[in-house]
Amino acid sequence: MMKSPASLTIHEAAAALRAKTLSSVELTKAVFERIRAVEPQVHAYLHLTEEDALAQAAASDRRRAAEESRGPLDGVPIALKDNLCTRGVPTTCASKILERFVPPYDATVVTRLRAAGAVITGKTNLDEFAFGSSTENSAFGPSRNPWDLDRVPGGSSGGSAAAVAADEAIAALGSDTGGSIRQPAALCGLAGLKPTYGRVSRYGLIAFASSLDQIGPLAKDVEDCAILEEAIEGWDAADSTSVRLEGPSVTQASAGDIQGLRIGIAKEWLGTGLDPEVRAAVDGARVPLEKLGCTFREISLPLQDYALPIYYLVAPAEASSNLARFDGVKYGRREDGANIVEMYKKSRSAGFGPETKRRIILGTYVLSAGYYDAYYLKALKARTRLRQDYLDALKECDALLSPATPTPAFRIGEKADDPLQMYLSDIYTVSVNLVGLPALVVPCGFSAAGLPIGMQLIGRAFDDATLLRVGARYQNVTDWHRRKPPLPDSGEGGV
Amino acid sequence: MALTRRDVEAVAHLARLSLTEAELERYGAQLEAILGYVESLNRLPLEGVEPTTHLSPATDRARPDRPAPGLTQAEVEALAPEFRAGSVRVPKILEE
Amino acid sequence: MTEFETVIGLEVHCELSTKTKIFCGCSTKFGAAPNSQVCPVCLGLPGTLPVMNAEALERAILVGLAVGCTIRRRFKFDRKHYYYPDLPKNFQISQYDLPLAHDGRVDLAGAHPVRVKRVHLEEDAGKLVHEGAGQQIATGTAALVDYNRSGMPLLEIVSEPDLREPAEAVAYVKSLQTLVRYLHVSDGNMEEGSLRCDANISVRPKGADELGAKIEIKNMNSFKSIEHALTFEARRQRDALARGETLAQETRLWDDTAGETRSMRSKEAAHDYRYFPEPDLLVFTMDDARLAVIRGRLPELPWTKRLRYVQTLGLTDYDAGVLTSDRTVAEYFEATIAAGAPPKTACNWVSTELLGALHGRKLGIGDSRVAPRQLAALIALIDKATISGKIAKTVFAEMLVSGADPDAVVKAKGLVQITDEDALVTSVRDVLAANPQSVADFKAGKSQTIGFLVGQVMKATGGKANPQAVNKILKEELTR
Ligand SMILES: [Mg+2]
Ligand SMILES: [Zn+2]
Repeated sequence: MMKSPASLTIHEAAAALRAKTLSSVELTKAVFERIRAVEPQVHAYLHLTEEDALAQAAASDRRRAAEESRGPLDGVPIALKDNLCTRGVPTTCASKILERFVPPYDATVVTRLRAAGAVITGKTNLDEFAFGSSTENSAFGPSRNPWDLDRVPGGSSGGSAAAVAADEAIAALGSDTGGSIRQPAALCGLAGLKPTYGRVSRYGLIAFASSLDQIGPLAKDVEDCAILEEAIEGWDAADSTSVRLEGPSVTQASAGDIQGLRIGIAKEWLGTGLDPEVRAAVDGARVPLEKLGCTFREISLPLQDYALPIYYLVAPAEASSNLARFDGVKYGRREDGANIVEMYKKSRSAGFGPETKRRIILGTYVLSAGYYDAYYLKALKARTRLRQDYLDALKECDALLSPATPTPAFRIGEKADDPLQMYLSDIYTVSVNLVGLPALVVPCGFSAAGLPIGMQLIGRAFDDATLLRVGARYQNVTDWHRRKPPLPDSGEGGV
Repeated sequence: MALTRRDVEAVAHLARLSLTEAELERYGAQLEAILGYVESLNRLPLEGVEPTTHLSPATDRARPDRPAPGLTQAEVEALAPEFRAGSVRVPKILEE
Repeated sequence: MTEFETVIGLEVHCELSTKTKIFCGCSTKFGAAPNSQVCPVCLGLPGTLPVMNAEALERAILVGLAVGCTIRRRFKFDRKHYYYPDLPKNFQISQYDLPLAHDGRVDLAGAHPVRVKRVHLEEDAGKLVHEGAGQQIATGTAALVDYNRSGMPLLEIVSEPDLREPAEAVAYVKSLQTLVRYLHVSDGNMEEGSLRCDANISVRPKGADELGAKIEIKNMNSFKSIEHALTFEARRQRDALARGETLAQETRLWDDTAGETRSMRSKEAAHDYRYFPEPDLLVFTMDDARLAVIRGRLPELPWTKRLRYVQTLGLTDYDAGVLTSDRTVAEYFEATIAAGAPPKTACNWVSTELLGALHGRKLGIGDSRVAPRQLAALIALIDKATISGKIAKTVFAEMLVSGADPDAVVKAKGLVQITDEDALVTSVRDVLAANPQSVADFKAGKSQTIGFLVGQVMKATGGKANPQAVNKILKEELTR
């Protein structure tokens, strides 16, 4: 039986489209067929834009017929995390407070994807406002891991990850504040990139923590990550923190070999709490990388144990500020109140879920009078030291290798009542956001139970290309990324 | 770190959230646990360390003073829960 | 009885008249339909980000320099959190611990200087209108919000508590108004709210070092209300202290109609603004080269100009004050003297004749059809005795209407003064012949009669005769 076009990667689909053995309409229809077949089990999406997607696909086919194709993404179905603003299409952040919010503008990354000819399939599920590591905090129900429907796909970009892993999109965009692209990529057997802070415009990404947030790709392989990053990155007049990029493009720069690259592994990463199967899989990745010419060295990151405490001060503080605007006044949900304060309190209390309230309370507390110096300021100073650790390590190494998550995908509900336990699942990913560096997650094995395991590569600021190069060469000689989840192809109802 | 129920209530008011008794209790305990967890930062010597407020190496980002089109009043109206006389309408400001 | 002293510090907010708002491309024009000058950024829609308006930043630095502040070499912006429906994000992007300028002073004419604590840049909020009787917050049944003003660039200038009298406070705000208009950075218009002022006022026993309880007064929307509100509040506080009461720190609203300040009875007794550095804007830096460029935009400042007019042009302080209170007036005056007019004469013509006439027609000096060069030419005609001062006023009135050169007006209307004695002798003789009684009176010793006779000659010549020449010929004819 011929495999469905929905299972293709971006570069495979682009080749077929270029060869005219496949049309964008055929590809898009195949993706929506797959969505109809598996979405009741996976629940990756919050909103589908099928009609518009087919129109975009037809337009792409016309461009191709007229020899005006726009490159590798033209005609390729891509899903968007539902915290990316889309003009005229609901954008909810998986929150009841934004249930009826329809932005009057597109996020910069969306504008860029459209300009590249991409076909937008819809908006994917997430933990409410991206607060979480399991997608269980969605106000509209959890997404499920295509590898085991009783398990979480990770979070907060769990919908994007589940959609790509289940072939409900060719690739997707997510956002990463403390691991929200990389952790679900690892748990769903995908490649996921958190670009260097400043590389991709945040305009139109509904902010969680502004100094940590970055948009990036979730894809079936590393090559696709490079294609997507190239399409969305670069200077944007609307984001003061976006940076003008120089030198060769990411896809060019990630094409070469990795002979002679020095890769560091921090001893602090391999301590207690790390699942032995994950440890073995990450360790096992050294063999093919050494064969490709990389050398490994042990390094030390003494501040590693402080990363999570720093993160759980900085991120909620910024979040409490960013979420102040959801007040029932100008847009979104409003509950009636006898006066403005009552209206604020009713709207916010009814509109936000428990984890969101928890983070707002924590963030408000650490910024409030008398506690700023004890908590927030201290965290910012510790952040400086953490950053120095990483910069020092990356002076003697071209990249660092770590586990992506402490364990493979956990069961739905397993950590839902214990926020601290849940926060620990980000232990390997939060540092990178705090220090602003790029990091790539690549599948590197499977647990005995058949769950994917990912490794994380961390690079120098703005040297995302080196990570993509290492990841791509690794995938040339391994096939973890080619495995597909044992998901029933059709006919199954809800779970 | 002992948090009183009143502390949690005061923070909730600052954040314009109204919490039930059960929520006050639960969030109070969880907040205390998280604050206990981050206490470890006190072990870290931080004298003379500059806080990291911005990650970008760049500075001085500004735009030219050039007008750009915005939204129409109708678009503002479409977003607003309540709209009257070209304006967003909200409940009265003062409490009784 | 204890003698009390009033201590006032002012926070002046000044809206900068840039073309666009501080963080977005929306227009700043005043008076547009509600919510028609807004965009996702200044509405605080989720996902939007601020980008600094370069011109707003430069103007802020310019004002900082003008009030003698130290400009910080590296500064950032911060978020100040409080919930209010006119504040779209429920935080204001402002500056907290590192304002872009600090420690300057404003020299008030005739009073001690006022120290400026800090100057910083922030975003303005929208405008709230209360529904219900009198549109007052106290009786409001609901409120309507217009976000057109949201995100307007706002400069906050904070003084030290150096002011002692309500009149001094007014003078200080007026000099800031003059300044921002001089610098062309703001309309400085109190009626339209582009210049606003809050006061901190307290009363203490004279000679005491410690400040009394700081009471903040808001809602003073004109110079008059600043003076009235502060006078009222100083008296209220003195009376309370005299009765042995203690005053608590609070915010009070000035009610212009009732003529009193009222407690806001706010539940939020102590604010907790939860300031933290704004992550969406980068750090800003200033180096010597950049500062020199901005300094180059500084004109001669009003107080420097005023002093120069007195010291080097010999004007009175009052006249100098009138001329320098508006940069365009001062520039007009300076152009007039540059075209050759003596300063004192030019001052009289500009401040009395020109401004008087324009004011009557509700025009500004920029609308004058008489150019400085033409005014100087008119003054020269008087000095050369081509026309009399009286005729000059007629000529000037014509110039104001037509914009014509004075020589042309004089020529067209035949207003040249008759100084030619031969021409005047005939007129004089005619007048003498027609007034024998006056001639007899003069000869009988009533020398004051000559005034009447001069008047008759002036009348006969349609005012064009040179009075001195007439006087001289009359005397000659009468004593012949
Ligand atoms: Mg202010
Ligand atoms: Zn705007």
